[in-house]
Amino acid sequence: MAREMMFGEAIATAIMEEMQRDSDVVFYGQNMAMTERDPYVKKFGHDRVRLTPISETAELGIAVGAAMMGLRPIVELYMAEFMLVAFDEVVNEAPRLRYMSGGQVKVPCVFKAGFGFAAGWAGQHSNCIYHMIMGIPGLKVAIPSTSADAKGLMKSAIRDNNPVVYLHHYMLSLDKGEVPDGDHLVPFGVADVKRAGTDVTIVATAWMVKKSLAAAELLAKDGISVEVVDPRTLAPLDTKTIIESVKKTGRLVLVDQAPRHASAAIIIAGEVAEHAFPYLKAPVKLVTALDTSVPYSETMERYVLPDEDKIAQAVKSVMAAKTAKA
Amino acid sequence: MQAPGKDRQVWIYNHMVRIREFEERVKRTFVDHPGVIRGHAHLADGAEASIVGALATRREDDLVVPTYRCHGYPLVLGTSPRGVMAEIYQRRDGICKGFGGSMHLADPAHHFPGASGIVGQSIAHAAGAAYAAQVKKTGQVVYSFFGDGSSKQGAFYETLNLAAVWKLPVVFILENNFYQAYTHISLEDANFAAGDPLSQKAKAFSIPGVTVDGTDPLKVYEAVGTAVERARAGQGPSLIESQFYRLSPHGNAITVPPVPTQFQEHEAIEVYGRKAEFQAAKANDPIPKFRAALIQQGALSDASAKKIEDAAQAEIEDAVQFALASPLPAPEDALKYVWA
Repeated sequence: MAREMMFGEAIATAIMEEMQRDSDVVFYGQNMAMTERDPYVKKFGHDRVRLTPISETAELGIAVGAAMMGLRPIVELYMAEFMLVAFDEVVNEAPRLRYMSGGQVKVPCVFKAGFGFAAGWAGQHSNCIYHMIMGIPGLKVAIPSTSADAKGLMKSAIRDNNPVVYLHHYMLSLDKGEVPDGDHLVPFGVADVKRAGTDVTIVATAWMVKKSLAAAELLAKDGISVEVVDPRTLAPLDTKTIIESVKKTGRLVLVDQAPRHASAAIIIAGEVAEHAFPYLKAPVKLVTALDTSVPYSETMERYVLPDEDKIAQAVKSVMAAKTAKA
Repeated sequence: MQAPGKDRQVWIYNHMVRIREFEERVKRTFVDHPGVIRGHAHLADGAEASIVGALATRREDDLVVPTYRCHGYPLVLGTSPRGVMAEIYQRRDGICKGFGGSMHLADPAHHFPGASGIVGQSIAHAAGAAYAAQVKKTGQVVYSFFGDGSSKQGAFYETLNLAAVWKLPVVFILENNFYQAYTHISLEDANFAAGDPLSQKAKAFSIPGVTVDGTDPLKVYEAVGTAVERARAGQGPSLIESQFYRLSPHGNAITVPPVPTQFQEHEAIEVYGRKAEFQAAKANDPIPKFRAALIQQGALSDASAKKIEDAAQAEIEDAVQFALASPLPAPEDALKYVWA
C-alpha cells in the first residue's frame, strides 16, 4: 500500500516515525517547538524536541557532542547556507572524530537543510553547496527528489552511524508523490532510474530530476529516448548505476543547479571519463547554473539556472555530436 | 549629549513618517501586485523612532551597516525611495540593479556599504568599516544595527570583543523587538530569561551597555549620541539595546511559487495567541506618540504634521509608480559584477 504525501510531509513523517522507534533520536533547531501545540513537542516532550537561538556553531557542535554520547540528533537548519556559519562542525568535526579516535567513537547525527530556493531569495539563500561536502570522507550526503525517497532517505539517515547532511530542495516542498506505507527505507549509495530510456542518460538530483523528467517528456515527442538517473545520495555516490546506464545509451548529459565547477556534475563527469570512456558516442555535456551568484530579479535568475529547454537542447546536441572515435 | 533642537525633532518625525509609509507600501504591494516582490522581505514598522533617533546623531560621513531588515536606514541617509522600491520590485533602476532585492540593499555613495542576509554577520562588517576608519584616520563612526536574534551569533561575541580590544569607532545598536523571527525572546536569550536587559552582554567585553526605550527617538538620540562621542574620541565601542516592538510579522510568508505570499498576522498572535500584547504595542506606536509630543511642545502644528504625512505619501506613491514603470533587468545582465 502507498499513500500520497507532499515532499515536506514525507520528511516530517520519517522524523516522527524514527523518533517513535528510537528514544535516542532528538530533534532541534531555530523557530521550531515554540509552543506546546508543536506536534513533535506534544508527542516527545521538551527533552527530545527543542528550540535553539540563531546559533549554528552551538547547534551543530552540540549535535556532535551528543552523538558521541549515544544520542541521534537531527538539527533543523532550514537553509543549507546556514551550515556555512558553522562549517567547522560539518566538515572538520563531525566526520573526523571517528577516524582520529581510531574508530573508538561514532557521530550519528543528521543535519537537515533546505536548499536551492530559486524564488527570489537572491545571493545568500538560494545556493547549492553540496560540492563542498560530497568529498569529505566520513560525511554522507542525501539529496532526495521524490516524496518516497525523501521519507526513505531520512529514515536511513537517522539510523546511519555516521554524520549525514540531508538536503531537501525547497522548490519540491509541496510536490506530491506516492510513499510506501510502513518502514520504508531507501539505502544510501543506491541510485534510482527515474525514467528508463535508450538514447541518452541524464544524471540529475533534486529539483533538476523534475526538470529533466519534463525535458525527457518533450524529447520523447521528437523520438529521443532519455534515461533519467537520480543518484539520491551524493556521498556515497553510486557510480556503478550511472556507468551501467552510460554503457547502454552511450551519451551523457549532467544536469546540476550549481555553477559548473561547484557542481556534483563535474565530479560525476570525471568518474564517467575514467570508467566509461570507450562507451561514449558523444562528449559528455553539462547543464549547470552559470558562473554567477544567484541574482534576485526573476529575469536574471531564470537566465542563470538550468531549465527544461536548456536540458532538451543539451540532449539534442549530444544526439548530434560524435566522438573522434565514432 | 544635548537634546536635538525643534527643527531636528521635526526632521526626525519626517523621516519616521517616510519609513512607515515606505514599509506600508511594500506590504501593500504583496496584495496590489502579487509576484512583484520575490523571496523574503522584512519590514521596519515599529522601528522608526529607533532608526531615526539613532541616525539623527550622525556626522554626515558616518557609516551605517544594517541587517537584512534594511529598508529604513537608506531613506534617512539620502537614498532615493525610488531606487529602493525599484530594487525591491526587481527592477533595473533599483539601487542594486535588481541583483540584491529587499535583504541586500547597498548604497555606498550614501554611506551605506551594504546589508547581509545572514543573521549577525554584518556586525563584523561594521567593525571592519570602523577598522578602516581608524587606520585611515577619517574620524568616522560606524553605526552597526542588528536584531536581538543576531546577538546569539558567534559573530556578535567575537566582534564585540575585538572591537573593544582595538577600541574601534563603532556603536553597536541592538534592536530588541522581542521576536527572533518567529521565536519569542524568552525562549532563546539567557539574559532575558534571567530577567536582565540584553545590554548586560556589554559587561562581558567591559564596554558601556545601556538599554533605552526605542519607541522614543529622543531617548535613543541621547544614548546613541553619547556612544558616538565616545567612539569618535577613540574610547571604543558601546552596546545600546533599543527596545521596541516590530509591528509586522518577521517577513512575508515563505511559500513555494506559484503559491502567492503575503504578510500574515504578527507571530505574537499567529504563534503565541498574545493578542493583548500586540494591541498594547500598537497603542504604543512610536509615530503617533512622537507626533503628539511635538504638537504638545509646539514644535509642530496639526497642519504642519499633516503636511509632512501628505508629502511622504506622495513621495512613496511616486516611488511605487517609478518602480512599476522601471524595466526588468536584461537576463544576460546576470553575468555582470561577478568580479571586480
